[in-house]
Amino acid sequence: MKLQIRGGRVIDPANGIDEVTDVFVAYGRITALGEAPEGYTPDRVIDAAGRYVLPGLVDLAARLRQPGEEHKATIASETRAAAAAGITTLCCPPDTVPPVDSPAEINLITRLAKAAGQAKVFALGALTANLEGELLSEMAALKAAGCLGVSNALRPVSSTLVLRRALEYAGSHELTVFLHPIDFELANHGCAHEGAVASRLGLPGIPSAAETAAIGQQLALIEQTGVRAHFCRVSTARGAAMIQRAQYDGLPITMDVCAHQLYLTDVDIGDFNSLCHTLPPLRTLRDRDGLRQCLGKGSIGAICSDHQPHEEDAKLAPFPATEPGISALETLLPLTLQLADDGVLSLSEAVQRITCGPADILGLDAGTLAVGTPADICIYDPEHPWTLDESTVVSAGKNTPFLGWEFTGRVTHTLVDGRVVYALDD
Amino acid sequence: MTIHYPAPGASPASIQITRDGRLKHFLTIEGLNRQLITEILDTAESFASMNEQSVKKVPLLRGKTVINLFFEASTRTRTTFELAAKRLSADVLNINISQSAAVKGESLLDTLRNLEAMYCDMFIVRHADSGASQFIAHHVAPHISVLNAGDGRHAHPTQAMLDMFTIRRHKGDFTRLRVAIVGDILHSRVARSQIHALNILNTGEVRVIAPKTLLPEEVEKLGVHVYHDLETGLRDVDVVIMLRLQKERMQGALLPSEHEYFQLYGLTEERLKVAAPDVIVMHPGPANRGVEISSRVADGPRSVILEQVTNGIAVRMAVMSMVMGGNAGGAA
Repeated sequence: MKLQIRGGRVIDPANGIDEVTDVFVAYGRITALGEAPEGYTPDRVIDAAGRYVLPGLVDLAARLRQPGEEHKATIASETRAAAAAGITTLCCPPDTVPPVDSPAEINLITRLAKAAGQAKVFALGALTANLEGELLSEMAALKAAGCLGVSNALRPVSSTLVLRRALEYAGSHELTVFLHPIDFELANHGCAHEGAVASRLGLPGIPSAAETAAIGQQLALIEQTGVRAHFCRVSTARGAAMIQRAQYDGLPITMDVCAHQLYLTDVDIGDFNSLCHTLPPLRTLRDRDGLRQCLGKGSIGAICSDHQPHEEDAKLAPFPATEPGISALETLLPLTLQLADDGVLSLSEAVQRITCGPADILGLDAGTLAVGTPADICIYDPEHPWTLDESTVVSAGKNTPFLGWEFTGRVTHTLVDGRVVYALDD
Repeated sequence: MTIHYPAPGASPASIQITRDGRLKHFLTIEGLNRQLITEILDTAESFASMNEQSVKKVPLLRGKTVINLFFEASTRTRTTFELAAKRLSADVLNINISQSAAVKGESLLDTLRNLEAMYCDMFIVRHADSGASQFIAHHVAPHISVLNAGDGRHAHPTQAMLDMFTIRRHKGDFTRLRVAIVGDILHSRVARSQIHALNILNTGEVRVIAPKTLLPEEVEKLGVHVYHDLETGLRDVDVVIMLRLQKERMQGALLPSEHEYFQLYGLTEERLKVAAPDVIVMHPGPANRGVEISSRVADGPRSVILEQVTNGIAVRMAVMSMVMGGNAGGAA
């Protein structure tokens, strides 16, 4: 099967390309850009005039809810949503039920994703056995089974001693550790940013120090152990600045932010809108702007969806009793590209943060249109208007506070290994 | 690429007001206007004079069914709501959920649907989660009114209204008053509602007095002056509102001991001397004597604590009749 994508604006930050040209795909791989290879006759041509041709998106963190929480979503349902959102590679955190703490779960996830055939799915392994924070997981076995790193997801590690040893052990196996900087004692079962909004609504607060105190401690241990670490879902301006400074000091660390933290703040909780219940919580305007700054400077190297699809009931309760998280696959690309319009990033930088940026963090050869690489491609029409509502959300989780938002710009085609897995019906 | 997004979410008060500006639910003081608050106080005044007469019943809510839906224990609030409903001739049902459905794992929404099926007209709700009454108001059938009898740390609007009623009876004009709220502001839904009410009524100065462990972050943004020292904070105040200190606060390392708390923040006759000579002392009850207030003050001449309880009935009658569209003028 040979496929030619004709006349699109090809934006490939990994290779410094931003020009109107053709992309030639054959047998699942990109065979040429610009000039057709000799003797190339396409079986199919996609006219991409006026559209962007991007590397397929790489999402650092998306919960697909399998195994164990199929009442929320499945790998099949969520990879279908990913395809509709231009995402071709996903990495899921280990907090499934049971957690990803043995090769069995990784094999299951890989098998289900292959069967669904909509996107490439990778997993992080558990940092501690059963994510309980007490004993080390069998990291060597997890690595051999294909996990891209280890993480304790949103579960506490019982002590700094256990964390130190887990970091050392992961480092011995050259595994990147994905850390969520939350001090759970300081978070103290809070459900909103500790500030004026939580004070007014009487919601138990999570102080900014729950993040910065954890970052301080984790940075000290990273320095001690020399492990390669990635900070997940940084939510405070101060926390991002601490990590940025440590990067300048030469620590082998990276960080990401989720797209909604770049738009929403605690004020959006409004009248107890449970769709804005997230962990870490939505912070203040100052935090949002600080995160945008670090993103512009490049110290935040990736934007992820932090996709957390829920069944309707999970959000139908008084705010503190609802489950945190946003169904976010389908807003990742539009929210990220809007940052270019807002002057936070150039268009190429914005694309970088959701393609080769996260791919580099995960150690994957993805998020690029380099000749010879798998043809994972997203074609995007920047003029196409659409509204996000329950009928347009493909994910099984309809829990997004962006319902009702009108976007201009939409994915028209998604290719995985040269195969069209999504095409927008015009 | 451009994004257009809808106007920011509804303001906290908007769901409780009908298009023509009448009360539909009573969930929070925040966002109400001075006119409506004054109307509640005036209506309560007419019921209060009625409560002092020998025949204490009016038929404003005859044929209506009121459900006291308490997910958290309460005696005083539940009783005064029940009495208020009965004096308005409503049928009242008390349901104590903490001992029934919630334990069996029934969801809040299921409980509501079941009660709705019994054709009731008003839910009076107390719940441990902030925002619970808003949630219920969003999900009940349109003919049902919801009254918030306390949700988590968020709001307790009828308590605040009965406090405003009590202050107005003693002091009249709010604009010249200095009011101090003393104690556990952090966990207090009463304090939050009082602060909103006092500010909407243009109170001269609202102060909160507590150690930092008992104050919410950025509390000054609610429109209060913050004091950590009781004697400075009480200087020249016209109204002192003491809050109840829950005993479990020592466990969370918020305070060292009841003893030290009383030493620093307990209201005694001696401490009260720096306040205005005609100061009144209030407490939403039940008071911990010797922890936040001495018995001599609680039972003394400056105390209006029992009046607050009495006024609670009239204020709750006023709110109930208003949300049911009752004509309060007929009660006077």
